[in-house]
Amino acid sequence: MAKMNMVQAINSAQDVMLERDDSVVIFGEDVGYFGGVFNCTEGLQKKYGEQRVFDTPIAEGGIIALAIGMGVNEMRPVAEIQFSDYIYPAFDQIVSEASRLRYRSGGEYWAPITIRTPCGGGIRGGQTHSQSPEGIFTHVSGVKSIMPSNPYDAKGLLISAIEDDDPTLFFEPKRLYNGPFFGDPKQASQGWDKHEKGEVPEGYYTVPIGKANTVRMGHDLTIITYGTMVHVSLAAAELSDYDVEVIDLRTLIPLDIDHIAESVCRTGRCIVVHEATKTGGFGAEILSQIQEECFWKLEAPIGRVAGWDIPYPHAFEWEYFPGQGRVLDAIKKVMEG
Amino acid sequence: MVPKSGKNLNIPSPRHRPGEEPEFDNLDIPNAGTVSRPDIMTDPKQMFDYANTVIRVLDMKNNALGEWDPKLSPDDMRKGLYDMLTTRIYDDRMQNMQRVGKMSFYMKSTGEEAVSVAQAMALDKKDMLFPSYRQQGLLISRGRDLLDMMNHCLSNSKDNCKGRQLPIMYTWRDGNLFSISGNLGTQFCQAVGWAVASAYKGEDAIAATWVGEGTTATSDFHHGMTFAAVYNAPVLLNVVNNQWAISSFQGFAGGEKATFASRAMGYGMPGLRVDGNDFLAVYAVTKWAADRARNGGGPTLIEHFTYRASAHSTSDDPSKYRPEDEYEVWPLGDPIERLKNYLIEIGEWSEERHKAAMEEINAMVIKKYKEAESFGTLNSGSRPEISSMFDDVFKEQPDNLRRQRQQLGV
Ligand SMILES: Cc1ncc(C[n+]2csc(CCOP(=O)(O)OP(=O)(O)O)c2C)c(N)n1
Repeated sequence: MAKMNMVQAINSAQDVMLERDDSVVIFGEDVGYFGGVFNCTEGLQKKYGEQRVFDTPIAEGGIIALAIGMGVNEMRPVAEIQFSDYIYPAFDQIVSEASRLRYRSGGEYWAPITIRTPCGGGIRGGQTHSQSPEGIFTHVSGVKSIMPSNPYDAKGLLISAIEDDDPTLFFEPKRLYNGPFFGDPKQASQGWDKHEKGEVPEGYYTVPIGKANTVRMGHDLTIITYGTMVHVSLAAAELSDYDVEVIDLRTLIPLDIDHIAESVCRTGRCIVVHEATKTGGFGAEILSQIQEECFWKLEAPIGRVAGWDIPYPHAFEWEYFPGQGRVLDAIKKVMEG
Repeated sequence: MVPKSGKNLNIPSPRHRPGEEPEFDNLDIPNAGTVSRPDIMTDPKQMFDYANTVIRVLDMKNNALGEWDPKLSPDDMRKGLYDMLTTRIYDDRMQNMQRVGKMSFYMKSTGEEAVSVAQAMALDKKDMLFPSYRQQGLLISRGRDLLDMMNHCLSNSKDNCKGRQLPIMYTWRDGNLFSISGNLGTQFCQAVGWAVASAYKGEDAIAATWVGEGTTATSDFHHGMTFAAVYNAPVLLNVVNNQWAISSFQGFAGGEKATFASRAMGYGMPGLRVDGNDFLAVYAVTKWAADRARNGGGPTLIEHFTYRASAHSTSDDPSKYRPEDEYEVWPLGDPIERLKNYLIEIGEWSEERHKAAMEEINAMVIKKYKEAESFGTLNSGSRPEISSMFDDVFKEQPDNLRRQRQQLGV
């Protein structure tokens, strides 16, 4: 075991896989010599050489198309999109190509690619460094979507993603890279070193794709969330007068609905929390599946906390970002009507 | 699966890395004044050579030479010098204020001031500009009040972007400058669209747009080139080749295989490659391309051969990927020094006047900055109204946004 922050854990996962599997290659804008704008690939080019860890031209569509082509030809590419806000030029390659290749070829061809991309806000990055576009991709059949909330899960899930034979989108909540974030920018930041999930094995291990994790047990109400909002929700749960259960989804597609339903049927009340904009967000999907599975056990309408339906506003970051207060309001509303 | 030879892929590599002694002996740079100036309506097929050379007017001994010399009046050159100096001093001040937490982010254009200032001067004020985030000299040359630029960067109550954008992503409708996008390349073909509309309406205004050389890899770059060529759009397509795209040197955009200007050939438009640190040459090629476009000659691709003297942004540390003194050996010098020395050489400027100008600009920038701060900064003082963050998503605020605004209590 070693103390790792999320950047180191993600770096370590790639290191482990480069070591274990010769077909793994890593590329993206500035990931080679420089080691990535968030240092997630730092030292890997030096260790494994330029043939296996290299920079690319600035063309996200090209990066993903390259990955698909290499993946079809027996390699296991891990491509970085520098910010998820810049993934859109690759949209067509992800939606029309990577995620449909197996299906349209009758299972003849597939591309086992992993797309790593930092997402989410809280870093004063304005509208082009803060977005949470996961819901745009969860709507697409054929691509898995993962979003870890801590170093231990990040490493184990990234290894699973690289080993997975289907295309995976691996969203990294960048506000969590250096430590958990509880939604209050005035609170002194903490590192991962004091957090139990900052204890990470140095070698190979996996965290399974498609399995949610209950991070806090409770009787009154279930919060279903992922990414940065796991920590915001946990902080709100501590402040709340109610006994709140918190589920960290970890994987959005495939969704672990059994795990969610077990909890919600038990507590009878729930809130879905995400940073992304509300309308048409992934929360809406979770909500309707809960309705399908738990309707007769529900004791109150399902609550939803999300970003407002506007582009990410630079100067109003903390009015936009769904902090503890908004989660607490939702708890109160669901508990008290 | 291990690469058989261990070196099967061509992975471009810059000439020097940190710790190595930088030199640019490999660059093939012709003497100033040696490249001819073709007629503005020359067939692109006759123009291959202009994309593979470097058009220069000012030599390094302070002479203006050759057919491309635009023969600007001393007053115009002094305006150019003054605006370049203002751009540099403004950049330095703003970067310092970012460092002390007054704004979230900043990007300097140090070393590239001639590109934006000379180009703004060579274009008409009615021409529409679609810049990237590194052409602040366009606004300065067109006379935007620095106070307004600062208000935007500080995201304060007078920010005309209403606090919604990162600093330096200016918008300035009155100055015919388009809202800058943080997504690379997206505006390249939009400029073509603007120019096509101008032609459609039978108007005389043209459009100009800018990307860094790294951004030529985007598909948007190729959309712009194709559409501009197909519709013969009156547009200037600029590639600012400042050698670096964050940590990636120009080889990762294919610059080692062919010049960026020569990309124009495949689309059937002229490509001009110019010394981007030579104010007079940049002015001259811009004027050439603008005259051509206005005359119905269609688009021109211009590659500005220059060097990004500062970090990519305040989030970047270039000492991690390039020798810190690389800029000092850049063979094309500094754009401000070169124009200054030329003006002194011809008796139209002096060290004393230069010093006085710098002091005057410095004082003006400090005064403007103080005033801007009185309207607030990102983290203190007044801000745009919070409720305004729900405005302008649509022309009319729909119900869901009204409800969300009420939920926030503003
Ligand atoms: C579509 C997109 N991809 C990636 C980025 C992140 N990014 C911002 S600036 C930059 C480098 C751009 O280099 P270049 O085009 O050469 O312009 P320069 O910064 O040198 O002026 C990158 C990769 C982005 N803003 N947009």
